[in-house]
Amino acid sequence: MAYEVKGAWVGLIVGIVTFIVYLTVLLARAADGALEQTPYVDAMLWSIGAGIVAVIIVTIFVTIATRRDGTQTDVRDKQISARAEFTSRGLLILGALTALVLAMLEADHFWIAHAIFLGFLLSGILEGVTKIALYRRGVPAW
Amino acid sequence: MVKPTRVTNAIRALRFAHGELTQAQLAAAVGVTRQTIIAIEQGRYSPSLELAFQISHVFGVPLDDVFQYPAESAAAAAEEGR
Repeated sequence: MAYEVKGAWVGLIVGIVTFIVYLTVLLARAADGALEQTPYVDAMLWSIGAGIVAVIIVTIFVTIATRRDGTQTDVRDKQISARAEFTSRGLLILGALTALVLAMLEADHFWIAHAIFLGFLLSGILEGVTKIALYRRGVPAW
Repeated sequence: MVKPTRVTNAIRALRFAHGELTQAQLAAAVGVTRQTIIAIEQGRYSPSLELAFQISHVFGVPLDDVFQYPAESAAAAAEEGR
């Protein structure tokens, strides 16, 4: 498996696991009251931080465990990365626009923060899925 | 809108005709990963013009002997405004 594919799998799995853990903590805390009154800042910051650290550690571990495959990348890897970023950018923009509209409507900070958080998370997941699909099914012409 | 590539190639046949050159050897000769050579051979990736020339130089043959683009595909692509 190519070095970049492993990275895509690591990012995808860590992103999904991190989100599930965050959602579980949030829903457990919200069991007694309204969702928007639930304290979320510490859990969100921890999930972002832990996600970044987990990606770094797991990537290093996987790279060492499969060092015989090498870490070489080439022009095709760059093209796939660029195509995946291009594809996922739409979700990031959607999250930002949703946050903008929510701010204009003076919605609770809870919803604004989560619109941005979901935008980051879902665009990251879509980027990983797109990368893996392009590696497995091929890079189509524009 | 993304479309499948119409470029075909004869890399596999040329590798065998050139002393059974392995995919890894060809990859090393043109500075890409073995996975990229596999993807090109299987038609899952269209290489850049520069990489296509590099591959043809390894085999010592003109570009047309390595990569083909059917005339009807060119006409269809022109009709689609590509």
